[in-house]
Amino acid sequence: MSAAMSSAMSSANKQSRGAVWFSRLTGEATPIAGYPASVLVADADLAGKRARYIAVVPDPDNRFPRARDGEVGLVEGWQLARAVQELMAADRGSKTKTPIVAVIDVTSQAYGRREEGFGIHQALAGAAGAYAEARLAGHPVIGLIVGKAMSGAFLAHGYQANRLIAIRDPEVMVHAMGKASAARITMRSVDALESLASTIPPMAYDIESYASLGLLWRCLQVAQPDAPSAADIDTVESSLHAALEDILADNSRDLTSRLGAEHRQASSKVRDMLRIQWRASQP
Amino acid sequence: MNTEQLLQRDSFIELNARSRASALLDAGSMRELIGPFDRVTSPWLALQGVVTQSDDGVVVAKGTCDGQPTVVLAIEGAFQGGSLGEVGGAKIAGALELAAQDNRDGVPTRAVILFETGGVRLQEANLGLAAIAEIHSAIVDLRRYQPVIGITAGTVGCFGGMSIAAALCSYLIVTREARLGLNGPAVIEQEAGIAEYDSRDKPFIWSFTGGEQRYRSGLVDAYVEDDAMQIRNMVCELFQRGMPEQNRSDMVQGFLARLIEVDASIQATPELIRTIYQKGFAS
Amino acid sequence: MEKIFYEYPAGSPAKARALTGVVGSGDLEVLLEPHTAGLTTIAVNTSVDGMGQVWAALLTRIFAMSSLPAAKIEINDFGATPGVVRMRIEQAFEELQFASTK
Repeated sequence: MSAAMSSAMSSANKQSRGAVWFSRLTGEATPIAGYPASVLVADADLAGKRARYIAVVPDPDNRFPRARDGEVGLVEGWQLARAVQELMAADRGSKTKTPIVAVIDVTSQAYGRREEGFGIHQALAGAAGAYAEARLAGHPVIGLIVGKAMSGAFLAHGYQANRLIAIRDPEVMVHAMGKASAARITMRSVDALESLASTIPPMAYDIESYASLGLLWRCLQVAQPDAPSAADIDTVESSLHAALEDILADNSRDLTSRLGAEHRQASSKVRDMLRIQWRASQP
Repeated sequence: MNTEQLLQRDSFIELNARSRASALLDAGSMRELIGPFDRVTSPWLALQGVVTQSDDGVVVAKGTCDGQPTVVLAIEGAFQGGSLGEVGGAKIAGALELAAQDNRDGVPTRAVILFETGGVRLQEANLGLAAIAEIHSAIVDLRRYQPVIGITAGTVGCFGGMSIAAALCSYLIVTREARLGLNGPAVIEQEAGIAEYDSRDKPFIWSFTGGEQRYRSGLVDAYVEDDAMQIRNMVCELFQRGMPEQNRSDMVQGFLARLIEVDASIQATPELIRTIYQKGFAS
Repeated sequence: MEKIFYEYPAGSPAKARALTGVVGSGDLEVLLEPHTAGLTTIAVNTSVDGMGQVWAALLTRIFAMSSLPAAKIEINDFGATPGVVRMRIEQAFEELQFASTK
C-alpha cells in the first residue's frame, strides 16, 4: 500500500471502494479536469494500451442534496454519458477503439423531487445509451463490480458492458432494490425476504447467486477488497486484460455472451421460439 | 371535450395489452408470437406460489402499420403491475433484436413499445434487471435503423428500469393519465421522506411526472387524448417523420447546460422545471 | 395458490380457441381450447386457497346441465368473484362463436 493510500484511508473521509479501485487501477492518475467530484474519469494503462476508466463516487458537497452518497443522480447520469461520448468522438476516425472500464460501486440511483422533476430517468438513459453506443461502435466495454451494483445506477453505469467481472465479497451486491425497500414494498420482514431469496437465485443478494445466473464473465477472489494489495491489483488487472482479449476475439458486439446458464434457460428458449415464429410469420 | 366527443372516443386505456397492440396494427395483419396458448410462463413465480399469466404479461404482436412491417411489444399493466420478469423481458428484448436483424437483412421492421410497467418484477429481481439491460441494448441497436416509438397511456405508467428504456426511444407518446418517472412514489417517500415526496398526493405526483408536465418540459414528443385512433395516427405520423436528427438521450451537452441553470439549493417546482427545460436541449 | 381440477359432460368439440381476461387483482384469465367430444376439463389455478366448494358450485351451475362445446379450459385466477368468473367463461364461449363465423 502506498503512503498516499494509507493516509487517505486514515483520514476522516474514508474513500469509497469505487474510488479506491479507480485510483489503484489508474496508477493514481489525476482524473481528467472538468468533471464533477462525483464522476472520476481517467485515461490510463490497460495491458500496455490506453483505456478510459470511469467511476461514480460519493461527493458530500454535491450540489444536489439527494446525490451525496455515491448515488447516480441527474448530473452523474449526463456526465457519465459525456465521458463516453467524448471518447467516442476522439476515436471516431480510428479503427482501434479505446477500451472503457466502468469501475462499479453504486448503491442506487438518486431519490428525490428534483431528480424526478428534472428527469433522472432521461439522465440515466443518456449514460446507458452512451455505453451501448460505444460498445456497438467497437469500443470494448468492461464492467468491474467492486461494491454495489444496484438497479438504475447499474443500468446506467456498467450493465451495457461486453463483459462483467465482479470481486467475491459480502459487500459486493447486484440487485434491483435494496433489502429494506424491497421488504417494505413486498410487505415482508427483511428476514423473511432473505429467507425467500435464498431459495430463489434471481432474488438473492449475494454475489455467488448472481454469478449462477450466467451474467458474470468472471468472479474474482481478492484478499483485501477495501484496500487491495499489490497481488489483488495484479489479479484484477490480469482479468481485465483477459476480458479485453476475449472481447476483441469475439465478432459480436452484443450481449449474447450473457445467455446460456441453467438459471437463464427461459431467456434462450424465448429467443429460439421467437426466431422460429418470426420467420414463419414473414409474408 | 363535450359529451358527444366523449362518447365517440375509443378509450385506449380501457383496452388490455393485446387489444392495444391490435389497435395499432393494420386490420387483419396481427400475428401474435409466443402467444398465451404456447404457455411460456414464469418459472420463478410458479416456485413462489404466485398464479402466472399465460403470456407472462407481454404481448409480441407482429404485423404491419401503414403497410410497413412493425412489431408491437405490449406490456399488460394489470398483471403484477406490468413488472418485467425473465420471460416477459426476453420477449421484448428478443423481438427488438430480431427487428434490428431484419433491418440488417434488408427488411425495414420497426417497433412500438407499450410501456405500462413498474419496472423490475421483484420476485425475479436480477433476471428482470438483466432483461431490462438487454432491452436497453436492443433499443439502441434498432433505433439506428428505424424509429422506436414508446407509448405510455396509463393507468400504470412507466417506472423503474423501463423508464430508462422509454427515454432511449426515438419518440415518446403520452396521455394526461400517464406518468413517466424513474422511482415509484412509495420508494421515494421511503428513501427521502414524506416531505420530499408524498406518495399519496396524486395531484403532486402528476404535477411532476404526469404526461402533460413531461410534454411541456420537452421530455416526451407527443401528448394525445386517451383515444385509440388518435394514438394510432400519432404512431403513423412519427414513423413517417423518420429517425430524429438526434436522440434525446444523446443530447448530453444540452441537458448539462440546462442543469447548470438549476438552483439545486431550492426545491423544484413544476413551473421552474418547465421554465428551464423549455429552452430545449440542442447542444 | 391452489390447483383444482374439474370435469363435466359436454357436446361436440369446440371449433376454435379463445382467451379472455387477465390475471389482475379481482380478475382471471380463461384459456379455452378444443377437447375431444363429450368432455370438458377445467384446470383452475387460483391465488385464493380454500374456495374449492365455491368453484365447484359455480362451475357445476355453468357446465353440468348445459350443452356447451367440449373444451379444455385453463383458468388462472387472482381473486375474482364468482360473478366475474362466470362473465369471463361466458365471454370465452362467445368468442368461440365469433371465431367460427369469421
